[in-house]
Amino acid sequence: MKFLRDQVDKLKPTFSEGGKLSFLHSTFDAFETFLFVPNHTTKSGSHIRDGIDLKRTMFIVVIAMIPALLFGMWNVGHQQSLALTGANGNLLDNFWVGLLQTLPIIIVSYAVGLGIEMGFAQFRGHPVNEGFLVTGLLIPLCMPPDVPLWMVGLATAFAVVIGKEVFGGTGMNLLNPALTARMFLYIGYPSSMSGDTVWAALPDGATTVEGYSGATALGNLASATSSGTGWSNELLAGGSIMPAFWGNIQGSIGETSVVAILIGAVILVASGVGSWKIMASTFLGGLFMGWIFNISGSSGAWMDIPAFYHLIIGGFAFGAVFMATDPVSAAQTEKGKWVYGFLIGVITVLIRVFNPGYPEGIMMAVLLMNVFAPLIDYYVVQSNIKTRLKRVQA
Amino acid sequence: MGINVKIKRGMDIALEGEPHTDVLSVDAPATYAIKPTDFKGLVPKLQVKQGDEVKAGDVLFVDKGNDRIQFTSPVSGEVAEIVRGDRRAVLEVKILADSEIQYASFETANYTSKSREEIKSLMLDAGLWPFIVQRPFGTLADTTISPKAIHVSGFDSSPLSADLNVTLKGEEEYLKVGFEVLNMLTDGKVHLNIHNKKGNEVYSKVSGVEINTFDGPHPSGLVGVQINKIDPINKGDIVWTIKPQHVAFLGKFFATGNLNLEQTIVVAGSEIQKPAYYTARIGACVNTLLENNLKQDNVRVISGNVLTGKQIEKDGYLGFRDNQLSVIPEGDQYEMLGWLFPTYPRPTLSSSLPISKFLKKTFKVNTNPHGEPRAYVVTGQYEKVMPMDIMPQQLIKAVMAKDLELMESLGIFEVLEEDMALCEFVCTSKIEVQKVLSQGLELMVEES
Repeated sequence: MKFLRDQVDKLKPTFSEGGKLSFLHSTFDAFETFLFVPNHTTKSGSHIRDGIDLKRTMFIVVIAMIPALLFGMWNVGHQQSLALTGANGNLLDNFWVGLLQTLPIIIVSYAVGLGIEMGFAQFRGHPVNEGFLVTGLLIPLCMPPDVPLWMVGLATAFAVVIGKEVFGGTGMNLLNPALTARMFLYIGYPSSMSGDTVWAALPDGATTVEGYSGATALGNLASATSSGTGWSNELLAGGSIMPAFWGNIQGSIGETSVVAILIGAVILVASGVGSWKIMASTFLGGLFMGWIFNISGSSGAWMDIPAFYHLIIGGFAFGAVFMATDPVSAAQTEKGKWVYGFLIGVITVLIRVFNPGYPEGIMMAVLLMNVFAPLIDYYVVQSNIKTRLKRVQA
Repeated sequence: MGINVKIKRGMDIALEGEPHTDVLSVDAPATYAIKPTDFKGLVPKLQVKQGDEVKAGDVLFVDKGNDRIQFTSPVSGEVAEIVRGDRRAVLEVKILADSEIQYASFETANYTSKSREEIKSLMLDAGLWPFIVQRPFGTLADTTISPKAIHVSGFDSSPLSADLNVTLKGEEEYLKVGFEVLNMLTDGKVHLNIHNKKGNEVYSKVSGVEINTFDGPHPSGLVGVQINKIDPINKGDIVWTIKPQHVAFLGKFFATGNLNLEQTIVVAGSEIQKPAYYTARIGACVNTLLENNLKQDNVRVISGNVLTGKQIEKDGYLGFRDNQLSVIPEGDQYEMLGWLFPTYPRPTLSSSLPISKFLKKTFKVNTNPHGEPRAYVVTGQYEKVMPMDIMPQQLIKAVMAKDLELMESLGIFEVLEEDMALCEFVCTSKIEVQKVLSQGLELMVEES
């Protein structure tokens, strides 16, 4: 440690004001504080501070995403094997194939995002904020495995610049940056983001085995609804809900396995980093709306699917656990969090059922509620103000 | 009959270096100082110059805004030095103390038959008035009004704080007199708020006050929290608060006619060799308390507690309203990957540090902030340590935006810096909550 510290101290003047590389000050600072918690001491107010900081908070979110990431890597290989041979490959081969497919996406996301963040930090004279550590991994996890790398780079740049930095950087953004990236591609390049062909990453020129279908449950349900076919388990991959629960189905890299996502949820809730209120209310909202459709009397595949299936298929769980809980773009008041999450669940199911153009609703729902979160907070704050005013009158 | 409140949101921070209950004595220090910076909004007007002889109770300086408010010498002796800072602002008035204290005498006999104005005049002349803190904004008390109520927190819940049953032992009679005097200052109620799990025997003789009981962790002992629960401050209300040890000073003054500001204080913290109670006067130099009593040299000496106190030098002076000296190590060391793998336990509210949160009971805490300042990201944290019906993060943001109207409607009248010190402690983004709030309070004072 002493040796490393000495090396850092030697380099420091070069990057400090007046040094040759002082234009990289923020970047150097980011790496230095990553390696060493600074030797600063408190200057005003409380002399002692909690052991938690933003680095640790963000890192815990990254850890919480690891199960979904590892599973996703395996599943990318698994899906390729199914598409090419129709058979299950072995575990390590699948993981290796998935790793080769996924790692470049992650590298592009982090390189582009962190590059822009550091540039902005330098330009503004701010320290580099840790928020992108999370965003940089969320973006790959919500991409289809076959996504072209240039799209990942473009979307990340869009999300960081338009989604975050124009608002003033981490802590100031209105929308969830990772979903902003996904939304950008979804609208700009829809054929690469949805449909039946994007969910398995295949080598160039490879053809799929006969009888292979790349359709997801959400796609099946949407077309069944528009063609008037009723609900049956056959619409789900594998003919039952269990594959969707375990996750060996087609979908975006990190969204398929509800089990892996729930492990992440447990990490987030146990560490107190993710809001259990938002997660719980999002699931409740989805369940509630699904149940309303169940008892509404109208028939159709989306109407009759058991309500709790909504929470398992598609990206619902991933969105509820990792996207809705972003503390910056979510409601910030404790009461507001209940309303915010509940409405995300409700709107997700509404979009799924009523809008065949968008098979998945969670992305839209989270972004929509991101926009409304300040309004929800406004009313919660107003109620606090009103109780105070009432006290004066009494 | 008062009310009974259980405080749920908050946290006790258990630190190493809890005091023994023995009351030790050390040599009285050579010098004492009264610091105008201990009082919010005070512009001092000096009444003495270097070399003047004063008795205990003689005036040193007055408030320029209201020269009835006098600040008097806690000891007799010679004005040794007037320490000035930027723009010649007076920082300290130092007194070289006599070995035998000479007291100025005041006519306090038959105080019960005196009028409110006469009581006030005596308190003002003796320099007891500045012990009263006025809310909103924590200023010196207005000498022309009768407050809506006077609140006294009968216990201290902050880290390493004094057990008042030790520090006020033997002062029961003076406390009784002190509360009688307080009752003469207001048409409203005098509230004495006690903790129902701590002993309250020192208040056994007190009568004529409303006794409210509190339960639960820090900040249950903060008078601001108690006022919020008992009878919150609305726009236009003015309430006064005073600490029990100062009520005892009041009582002693009216019972004896002398300004005797000797009290029992606590000297504690992990870097103190003999954490215990000591006798000291208001404004005492802390050098004799710390001599041969420190475990090492790289320490922070705090007059007050670790959450709200002021940093002083090793030969600095106790703050005017403080009865506590905390000494903790400085945290000026690098910690490799400390954010990921903390190398020693540290107090925390976060379950993301499970060893510190769930296994460790007391902490050797230092002054490292354990992270760098960031914009607000995490929400819902302040609420866990804010038992008042106030939205803390929204209030701080309103102050940052200098939105006076919003500050007012979010309840800035009800809080002082100390009430939000725990918010500052738990903040992931290391926002300087007390400093920000302080700016907001100043802004409100200017505007009103």
